[in-house]
Amino acid sequence: MGDAPGAVAIEIRGLSLTFETADAPVVALDDIDLTIRRGEFVSLIGPSGCGKTTLLRVIADLEAPSAGHVAVNGVSALAARLNRAYGYVFQAPALYAWRSVQRNVMLPLEIIGMPASERKARAARYLSMVGLAGFERKFPWQLSGGMQQRVSIARALAFEPELLLMDEPFGALDEITRDHLNDQLLRLWEQTGKTVVFVTHSISEAVFLSNRIVVMSPRPGRILEIIGNDLPAGRRLDVRETTRFLDVAHRVRQALRAGHSYDD
Amino acid sequence: MTTEAVLLAAPPITGIGHRIVPVAAILALLIAVWYAAAVWLNAPQVVERFESDGKSWNARQLIEASWSMERPVLPAPHQIAHNFVETVFETPIDSKRSLVYHAGVTVSATLLGFVFGTVLGVLLAVGIVHSPVLDRSLLPWIIASQTVPILAIAPMVVVVLGSLGFVGLFPKAVISMYLCFFPVTIGMVKGLRSPDPLQLDLMRSYSASHAQVLHKLRWPAATDFLFASLKVAIATSLVGAIVGELPTGAQAGLGARLLSGSYYGQTIQIWSALIMASIVGVALVALVGVAERLVARHMGRPT
Amino acid sequence: MTQLGTRLAAAALMAASFVAPVGGSWLARPATLVCALAAILGAGSRWDARAGVAVGLITVVVGAAVPLMLLDGPGPFGAAAPGIWLFLAGWTFAVWRMLSMFSRLPGRGAGALVAPALFGVALLYLWQVLVVGFAVPQVLLPAPCQVGHVLATQFDVFWLDFRQTFLKAVLAGYAIGCGAGFLVAVIADRVPFLGRGLLPLSGLVSAVPIVGIAPILVMWFGFDWHSKAAVVVVVTFFPMLVNTLTGLAAADAMQRDLMHSYAASYAQTLMKLRLPAALPFVFNAMKINSTLALIAAIVAEFFGSPILGLGFRISAEVARLNVDVVWAVIAIAALAGSMFYGVIALVERAATFWHPSYRA
Repeated sequence: MGDAPGAVAIEIRGLSLTFETADAPVVALDDIDLTIRRGEFVSLIGPSGCGKTTLLRVIADLEAPSAGHVAVNGVSALAARLNRAYGYVFQAPALYAWRSVQRNVMLPLEIIGMPASERKARAARYLSMVGLAGFERKFPWQLSGGMQQRVSIARALAFEPELLLMDEPFGALDEITRDHLNDQLLRLWEQTGKTVVFVTHSISEAVFLSNRIVVMSPRPGRILEIIGNDLPAGRRLDVRETTRFLDVAHRVRQALRAGHSYDD
Repeated sequence: MTTEAVLLAAPPITGIGHRIVPVAAILALLIAVWYAAAVWLNAPQVVERFESDGKSWNARQLIEASWSMERPVLPAPHQIAHNFVETVFETPIDSKRSLVYHAGVTVSATLLGFVFGTVLGVLLAVGIVHSPVLDRSLLPWIIASQTVPILAIAPMVVVVLGSLGFVGLFPKAVISMYLCFFPVTIGMVKGLRSPDPLQLDLMRSYSASHAQVLHKLRWPAATDFLFASLKVAIATSLVGAIVGELPTGAQAGLGARLLSGSYYGQTIQIWSALIMASIVGVALVALVGVAERLVARHMGRPT
Repeated sequence: MTQLGTRLAAAALMAASFVAPVGGSWLARPATLVCALAAILGAGSRWDARAGVAVGLITVVVGAAVPLMLLDGPGPFGAAAPGIWLFLAGWTFAVWRMLSMFSRLPGRGAGALVAPALFGVALLYLWQVLVVGFAVPQVLLPAPCQVGHVLATQFDVFWLDFRQTFLKAVLAGYAIGCGAGFLVAVIADRVPFLGRGLLPLSGLVSAVPIVGIAPILVMWFGFDWHSKAAVVVVVTFFPMLVNTLTGLAAADAMQRDLMHSYAASYAQTLMKLRLPAALPFVFNAMKINSTLALIAAIVAEFFGSPILGLGFRISAEVARLNVDVVWAVIAIAALAGSMFYGVIALVERAATFWHPSYRA
């Protein structure tokens, strides 16, 4: 458990999660084993209801497992959350409408008690990193969906966690904006070297961004296959038309089909 | 479906304990506080009476006496309950001492005013939605008038109509009507305007007339808003009818009971009348709720 | 009503007044005659674009002067002078036409105020003319001028009444009631057991008509403004409680998860997320309460008051059939109520500028 890259960031063993409802229990996750190392970009992909969001939430200590063991940076998920070990990016920007863009990015910094001058400097740095320098005083509703989501990413980066958990962050955006943001995210990751766990149901997004792709089955969620991605580092959007890319995408699609994700 | 969606769709687990226990606990606490307050507020008078009678007294006698005074400052719950049961169940309905009789007087004025106010409100709303002039000139005044304390005119309406020879039911119904057409108008305007622009465009593509659009689209779309306003309107109408009974020393009705109780220091009577007024209010709103469910079922909505 | 139809109706009705009795002779009053002719010309002409507004306004103003001047004579009026009422009817068509022109102005800012302003003034004018013209007994409906006169001459009495009712009872009760409702809601949020018990009970209590608790509170707190303030407290407490509780639950799940992921404490989550998100609901309650507070204070005064207060003034003057004074007091109460509401709406706009309802 050192600071060296390649050390284990997230360790999951035998994780199961069943929700008790008044109707019938919902088995969201069934016996998940997964190891994620520092500096990796791992995508979780699967059909709707396969539990990928639920898995991400368990890592974030936003849900409690029914069985099994989760360790983040060597400690329990709860301890990791209290240590503010990760930044979470939701499907929607979840910005506070009454705060300006700058104050939204400063929100986690206020909570951890950072002094005011340092907060401003951090906010400015990460806003320019996502390409929104100059928008500090705007309010969320004055920005487009893509820009709001970028603010949300800047906010997640602002307190400099080692781990980024992203739940379909670009799902609500149109394809062109999505491509642009994929490219930006990949460059950010290359720059900062963070560990990223990324939930998506877009195959091409998963293949473009990650170096490992975890394919999950329909409910109850199990891991079907973990596909390594050997696309070159420093890749850009046009890699999506190469045969290597299509091969990896094909393998992902096969795995999904084998897991009955395409059945009615 | 995503896991979150499945969980949201599942009915929540809330046992009886979850809902009833807190309410029962707070209710019990309230009643206990009430009994204590009754002792505290009534004690001075009780002590005075004991001393003027020259009797010695202890705490227990004090408490018992505070809970059974004839004109207490704060009646004990059992006193109110006793009076209520007596005037509701043990008195013939046509007697002037029956609370049911008084409630009936007030309710008849309420319902009359409510019906007139609703009709007026709906007509105004239809006018406002179809005429840009009314929309821009009249609607702002109707909205602004909600900030005006309309109940203040009640005495004047009663007296003025009284001097014209209209007494009894009519002036109270006028006040109720005046009070309840505001929420109905505003609610119906919102409701008649609530259909999606897409739906209105569809009607335009069928070349439907205003009357057809009103009948087939706007009116059904407005039922939610209508019933929400009707609930507010009927409660307001009740208050209007009660206030309408205050100015001229009316002999019958819940407001009259409140007033005469206040004049003659019959506090238990006041509380009984109050409780009857609340029960009537809740019952009237529930009636509107029943009507709402019937309409919803007729429209094929899940109830 | 088509443009042409309105024009014809207006001009025709006004012209008809020349052939009907008007309680006097036209020739004896040349100024009135000139005005009437001008109004008829204006009413019948087209009102195009920019010049049209001027022509319309002149028509309306000049036309309004005619009945006033006619009623200034010896009479008889009322049903004996149908000419005046024909003219007035024509005039209302002209006003309607003016209103439809104003209704096409942009709906925001000052433009939105023009139509309702004209409507209000026209209504006041019609009230004045009809009351004077039909010699409506003052006991039934006083003329606006009369009410205005009363307002001006008895201003000092009304000021003291206003101070008693509004500045003392309403403001004090409002502050205490809203404050208490807010605090209890925050506590009930922290202790959910309390919240689950209070909400259904507060629904029951709010079913009790305001008018009922007034006599009880007058008995407890005496005749002075304290009992009225107490009524206001009871009336404003529950809407504030219910709305604040709803507001505190309004922050959506995602935003609360975000706070959870920051390991934010209850206090931090409350101050940074849930209270700001609750503000629109709190202000909704404050606006509702502003109206309720004034009504409660006035009605409470019907049940007993020292010789002071707006409600007292109403009930006392009603008993003496001084209906003009009653109308004057109602006008004051109406103004006070709308100003109170308006101030709160302005504060709401400043505090919740971010809410989607301002971006329609």
